[in-house]
Amino acid sequence: MSTLGTSGTGASASGATAVGASSTGTLSQAGSRTTSLGGFDANAPLLQVSDLNVHFPTEDGAVHAVRGVDYTLRSGEVLGIVGESGSGKSVTSLAVMGLLPGSARVTGSVRYRGQELLGQSDRSMSRVRGKGVSMIFQDPMTSLDPVYRVGYQIEETLRIHDKSLSSKAAQARAVELLELVGIPNAGERVRSYPHEFSGGMRQRVVIAIAMANQPEVIIADEPTTALDVTVQAQILEVLQTALQETGAAMVLITHDLGVVAGFADRVLVMYAGRPVEVGSVEDIYYEPRMPYTLGLLGSLPRLDSSTKERLTPILGAPPSLLNMPPGCPFAPRCPLHIAACDEAEPPLLQVGAGHQAACIRTAEVAKAHGHAADVFSVTGADADLIGVGQVADLTTTEESRETGAPGTPPGDQTEPGAGGTTGRTGSVVSPEPRPTNGDRA
Amino acid sequence: MTAPTTDRTADGADRRGEPILSVRGLEKHFPIKGGGLIKRTVGAVRAVDGVDLDLYPGEVLGLVGESGCGKSTTGRAILNLQPATAGSVVFQGREIVGLGRKEMRPLRRDIQLVFQDPYASLNPRLPVFDIVAEPLIIHGLTKDEKELRSRVRELVETVGLNPEHTNRYPAEFSGGQRQRIGIARALALQPKVLVLDEPVSALDVSIQAGVINLLEDLKDQLGLSYLFIAHDLSVVRHISDRVAVMYLGRIIEIAEQEELFTRPAHPYTQALLSAIPLPDPRRERARQRIIISGDVPSPANPPSGCRFRTRCQKFANVLSDGERELCMTVDPKLETRGTGHLNACHYAEATSVL
Repeated sequence: MSTLGTSGTGASASGATAVGASSTGTLSQAGSRTTSLGGFDANAPLLQVSDLNVHFPTEDGAVHAVRGVDYTLRSGEVLGIVGESGSGKSVTSLAVMGLLPGSARVTGSVRYRGQELLGQSDRSMSRVRGKGVSMIFQDPMTSLDPVYRVGYQIEETLRIHDKSLSSKAAQARAVELLELVGIPNAGERVRSYPHEFSGGMRQRVVIAIAMANQPEVIIADEPTTALDVTVQAQILEVLQTALQETGAAMVLITHDLGVVAGFADRVLVMYAGRPVEVGSVEDIYYEPRMPYTLGLLGSLPRLDSSTKERLTPILGAPPSLLNMPPGCPFAPRCPLHIAACDEAEPPLLQVGAGHQAACIRTAEVAKAHGHAADVFSVTGADADLIGVGQVADLTTTEESRETGAPGTPPGDQTEPGAGGTTGRTGSVVSPEPRPTNGDRA
Repeated sequence: MTAPTTDRTADGADRRGEPILSVRGLEKHFPIKGGGLIKRTVGAVRAVDGVDLDLYPGEVLGLVGESGCGKSTTGRAILNLQPATAGSVVFQGREIVGLGRKEMRPLRRDIQLVFQDPYASLNPRLPVFDIVAEPLIIHGLTKDEKELRSRVRELVETVGLNPEHTNRYPAEFSGGQRQRIGIARALALQPKVLVLDEPVSALDVSIQAGVINLLEDLKDQLGLSYLFIAHDLSVVRHISDRVAVMYLGRIIEIAEQEELFTRPAHPYTQALLSAIPLPDPRRERARQRIIISGDVPSPANPPSGCRFRTRCQKFANVLSDGERELCMTVDPKLETRGTGHLNACHYAEATSVL
């Protein structure tokens, strides 16, 4: 990884502060972390998740929400976890924090500084939460307690981990923290209640709480998703400050590929409860090896491109996590699908230095060099498809209206599950006969 | 639109032909009631406060802004779903503002709405067939059951769903498929204009792309015009011919898509574009970001003069005290100010921020 807070992201941080108003105060203890938590091995890997599995029992059977997640977080790095809704990215981090409901069955291992966190009592987890590993939640409207003043909520976090801290010192530090996250008039605002703050301001308070005890790991679960873009930019700035002040490593969970591009050092792409590609941020964006990653990038409209290139949607929907069939879970939506894909689920294979992908056809994906239209070809197929098959004549009911030319939209719109319409063969977009499109790339 | 630039006006519109929808001075104020036994109106939330728009046949006009800027209320006021407080909306030569429900009904066939949340906008207790057939039945557009069946079938196929599945309920479809059902329902009456209120923001990106492609195809095939309301500027850039940016109930900049994204002139548009992270690590990390401070002021009590001045980086860092005076006292009108397109900033300057 290319180090956060030093060269790589440090540059973007300073660039980003063009007109920012964030880093005003400084932490009194900044720099000198009050050691790692007692009883933990400071030389062991910071956070090591291996073979994490989570099942939720439901009436229809167990939902296998997380199916074998492995990752190691190195100190000082930002690991981005991306995926669509339902891919298990949030459940993974809740499992790490031990915050899943009691009914969830969690297996595998989560080691923080060498110590196993899974299966620990809530009491001993409370020592780790906030101090070793802290968390920033998506919705600042619900992650603060509405009946307590924000200052109290920060002080609470401080005093739980440091019983000797006087209430006065805790107050002073709460003000300091609020200043650090860019809340104006922090001295007065500590006495405000959460409802007196806007969404962006509340998220700043949540960040202040997360960094209060100088944690070594901050897990941020969609920290900016509920916010407007201009506020998102402010909050990302504050997060950058939080990382610099605490020196913490971060797991950043988001579905926004733009946020990850600017913030993360390494990226883990999740699909159907499993990592399907892991690599440096450059590997993932410029040389993806898993068709899903490529498809995800191709379906993003680009703000910085004036050419109206057609988007390349991924057909269908993610599989149900109830009774997964054997084989690659992405196979039903994959344009590069071959018979071998249905035999067994591919493990994460090494495709480059620090770059792994769970796909047996990575060589074909490599040829696209991140250009989704080469693999998820729809533009070529579109023209052939229009007018093929039945014509939806929208002008049947009334002759007087001259609506435009009737026609069917291209079949690539069809989502399997709702099935395809008839007779469209030989294209990537037809759900039933799946052609091997590998040679196209 | 591939018209020569000479045909374009300052708001980027291709002025060949009359606008199909013309909005002038549209206002929608929501009263604030005071406490006490007798409720008195003590103020008003000026959600939409003087919006002018023209929508031309066959074009996509994007309307963007942050939450609370009044973009959705504008869409609803245009459709007369929430009666406008003041202003005029002329649709195909006919004034809509002030029309009653009955008088609106025939017009509703030509202008339809697609809602944001496909989970909330479809009746969960109706099978898809009934949902799509309902507008046809209400407007009495089909002669018999057989014709109704074939129309619904066509519509469902048009939006890329399997007509065999029309006996299913919305809950059996994914988000993207539900949004397609919503689109099929809106197309049932063969409208000329669709108002799309955040049609893809509830969807995952890979699904969203399919719906965007569908909307583009439908526009071309059926000759529709869209008023595309969204907060995601990447989506808006992709689909729109022209883009209007709203802030606190007003349009503060409007231009042709390419012009707005490459040469934004209003500081708010510049900040908005600069705030959006690009999914490209090298470019994203090399960017110089303009970060505006604070949150949107209350629309019940907008700042004097220019409404953006409280958050404006130009006002705070560049202008002299003398120049600021103008921002504080004079409400900037939508004018070109030598930037080539309409904007509402006294000190507008077209610069590239992407």
